[in-house]
Amino acid sequence: MEILMAFVIGILFMTATYLMLSKSLLRIIVGTGLLSHGAHLLILTMGGLKRGAAPILGGNEEGYTDPLPQALILTAIVISFGVTAFFLVLAYRSYQELGTDNVEEMRGTEKDD
Amino acid sequence: MSFLHLAIVAPLILSIFIPLFYRIFRQIHAGWFVLPLPILLFVYFLTFLPETMSGKSFIEMINWIPSLEINFTAKVDGLGLLFSLLITGIGALVVLYSIYYLAKNKEKLNNFYVYLLLFMAAMLGVVLSDNLIVMYAFWELTSFSSFLLIGYWYERDKSRYGAQKSMLITVFGGLAMLGGIILLYIMTGTFSFTEIMSQANEIFNHALFVPALLCILLGAFTKSAQFPFYIWLPDAMEAPTPVSAYLHSATMVKAGIYLVARFTPVFGEHFLWFLLVTSVGILTLIWGSVFAVKQTDLKAILAFSTVSQLGLIMSLLGAGAAALHYEFLDENIYTVAVTAAIFHLINHATFKGSLFMAAGIVDHETGTRDIRKLGGIMHFMPITFTISIIGAFSMAGLPPFNGFLSKEMFFTAMVHVTEMDIYNLETWGILFPVLAWIASVFTFVYSMILVFKTFTGKHQPEKLDKKPHEAPMGLLISPIILVSLVIIFGLFPNLLSDSLISPAMASILPSLLGAGEEFKVHISFWHGPTIELFMTLGIIILGLVLYKTHFRWKKIYKGIPEKLALNRFYDFVLEGLQSVSYKLTNTYMNGSIRSYLVYIFAFLIVILAATLFGKNAFMFSTSNVSSIGVYEVALAILVVLGSICILFAKSRMTSIILLGAVGYTVSLFYVLFRAPDLALTQLVIETISVALFLVCFYHLPKLRKFETRMRFRLINALISVGVGAIVTLIALSAHSSKLFDSISKYYVENTYTEAAGKNMVNVILVDFRGFDTLFEITVLAIASLGIFGMIKLRLNRRKEG
Repeated sequence: MEILMAFVIGILFMTATYLMLSKSLLRIIVGTGLLSHGAHLLILTMGGLKRGAAPILGGNEEGYTDPLPQALILTAIVISFGVTAFFLVLAYRSYQELGTDNVEEMRGTEKDD
Repeated sequence: MSFLHLAIVAPLILSIFIPLFYRIFRQIHAGWFVLPLPILLFVYFLTFLPETMSGKSFIEMINWIPSLEINFTAKVDGLGLLFSLLITGIGALVVLYSIYYLAKNKEKLNNFYVYLLLFMAAMLGVVLSDNLIVMYAFWELTSFSSFLLIGYWYERDKSRYGAQKSMLITVFGGLAMLGGIILLYIMTGTFSFTEIMSQANEIFNHALFVPALLCILLGAFTKSAQFPFYIWLPDAMEAPTPVSAYLHSATMVKAGIYLVARFTPVFGEHFLWFLLVTSVGILTLIWGSVFAVKQTDLKAILAFSTVSQLGLIMSLLGAGAAALHYEFLDENIYTVAVTAAIFHLINHATFKGSLFMAAGIVDHETGTRDIRKLGGIMHFMPITFTISIIGAFSMAGLPPFNGFLSKEMFFTAMVHVTEMDIYNLETWGILFPVLAWIASVFTFVYSMILVFKTFTGKHQPEKLDKKPHEAPMGLLISPIILVSLVIIFGLFPNLLSDSLISPAMASILPSLLGAGEEFKVHISFWHGPTIELFMTLGIIILGLVLYKTHFRWKKIYKGIPEKLALNRFYDFVLEGLQSVSYKLTNTYMNGSIRSYLVYIFAFLIVILAATLFGKNAFMFSTSNVSSIGVYEVALAILVVLGSICILFAKSRMTSIILLGAVGYTVSLFYVLFRAPDLALTQLVIETISVALFLVCFYHLPKLRKFETRMRFRLINALISVGVGAIVTLIALSAHSSKLFDSISKYYVENTYTEAAGKNMVNVILVDFRGFDTLFEITVLAIASLGIFGMIKLRLNRRKEG
């Protein structure tokens, strides 16, 4: 299963990179979303998959899955959500102010001096 | 803090008060406040004479950074004392001269004397420091203060150009010297010069010995204006004449000479040292003398002549280093080269200083330094003429002046080089006396041009701005003192031999001296028909012929030297560096985010792949994997399909919905992989994110509403496939080489007993690792405040009204 997940994560990273290299701001943000999915799944996979029950105490004999990666991912999800929300509003504001979503057109104005 | 340290930093201390004096005592020329200090220091340094004459040296130390072995160790030995006397003596004369040279009301005298005092302290520090790092610090201070002095008239373009050029070249050499000092420290483990010298034999075969030698020499050659670094010196003539006389003839340019002399006991026995110092010196000597003939500006002639004379001293030091190969003193004929070097060092300081001052007087009293406009002012300025003719004859090496003696000794040394039985000098050594002789002929010619084109010939009053007249007495005092020294040293050379030259030689060639021995220096053998005498006669005869026919052959110069001038090369390199780096930076810093991301990802791929395969880190084992279930495969296919479809989605709406689909599938993965909290959070957050995406989507600008599919780009595709592949490979090898078990056993066992909770993930988040959560909350708070600010704050609009 881990090997399969490694390939799934690889494809998530690939598509995320490709989207981040595009010109449209919205696509770049979609790319970062995919990238964080890939990273979260990578943490989970590296912790080992499907070893025992969900990490809630309840008299399970076979043991539990590793709770630590899950705690780490939970933190990461919330942080990446905060950043994505900020980034999205930033994009929304730059649409309003600059009138474009093409990053190639977003260049600092050359100073004359 | 001893008196010696106080003496070194005294000019620095005085320089603090100079602007104060300048403001308070408006009526008095600021130079008068400076003048007593160099005189006092000169007298103070004279008191060391008996000590150094008996072969002793005087050391005082104060701690600076003892943990790094950097201490301000001041050491007075023969060489250091000789230079200190030159610096303070000529310093006093130059200050006196500058009092009459610079006008009280027109010039920024406070700046001038502060810079000059900075320079004086720096020079004293260079020659009296035993600790190499401290010496380096003073060394850079000389470059720095020289930069300030050359750029004294900063409103002139040429001053700024000359200051920048000298700064770049001397600092380049200074940094190379620092490298050499550090290499010496690596080899010997000390910054103290005395200790390094005592270890000279042990480090001779060290691998870093030759690099250190080259670095130190680079520092010396740039400072002393040796070929090809001499180019800054002629441009430094934009400085006020007292500065040129002080820095660019007598003191700063001799810092490199000092360095070579100082390091001769360490490096002198190496073949490269002899070869480089001698041949660069000879090359500089002939190059400088040939180019000096071409100049029409008095100070330019003197600048090239300084270059040439420094080359002469340098070549003598190189030849003197050969004396170290002959470990006996009585018959060692090569020590004469060192004697000549030191003697000429003193002589050059006297006659070049007086010539610069004379040139300054001519400039001051006629308004020009161009020899094509000057001529026939002998009758107006008889004293200046006398000073110039004595200085120039001494420079040309004519009896009975001191230049004659040192030139004779120079020839003696060069002739002796041919007799050496090392380095195959029997064969190619003949080049040295021949080149030296030719250079001396040119020296004779430019010395004659300097005097006679200026003072004799036809008077051309129409070309002069002022009516020439003799300078005031104050201006004349310093050059008169200097030319009297020229004559005194010429007639009574042995005045110096025991007091200054012999102790200085003992510092340069300490290994040749046994206990209690000292060098017997006798500059009296200038009688007798030796080969040197005939060489001098030849110089005078050929020089006179060349001078008389100067107007015929000087046209040759028009063709050759322009192409050989190294200034063009320097300018070309400087401009080239600027334009190339500008173009280069513009090529890769093109302002497009996409290209920067391409660089970042490309480096990521290359570095990770190189490490993975270079270190043989790639591993693949299936021993540790879990089984594959049908649901997981189905979800994996969904995620892969969803994410790939985003790439080909034409409409943005589709890609947002696909992103949502991927997010929900990921939360299903969390369900399958037994992570209920994650699944819950992921579902909620994915929903909110998609909603936010839709808000953004809704507010897209109207002008570009038509939607396009992403254009395919090969580079992007390659990069992204590379990133995906490298992540997969690293994930596989990381998983295949698990080194130790997880620490989670502790959490499983203690969640209930220690923290009274059953949900392990939540207990970890708020109890075991609660700090993470605290700052994650902070992140959310900052993000929400930021979003609020972005929406509410409209500074730009308000400004535009």
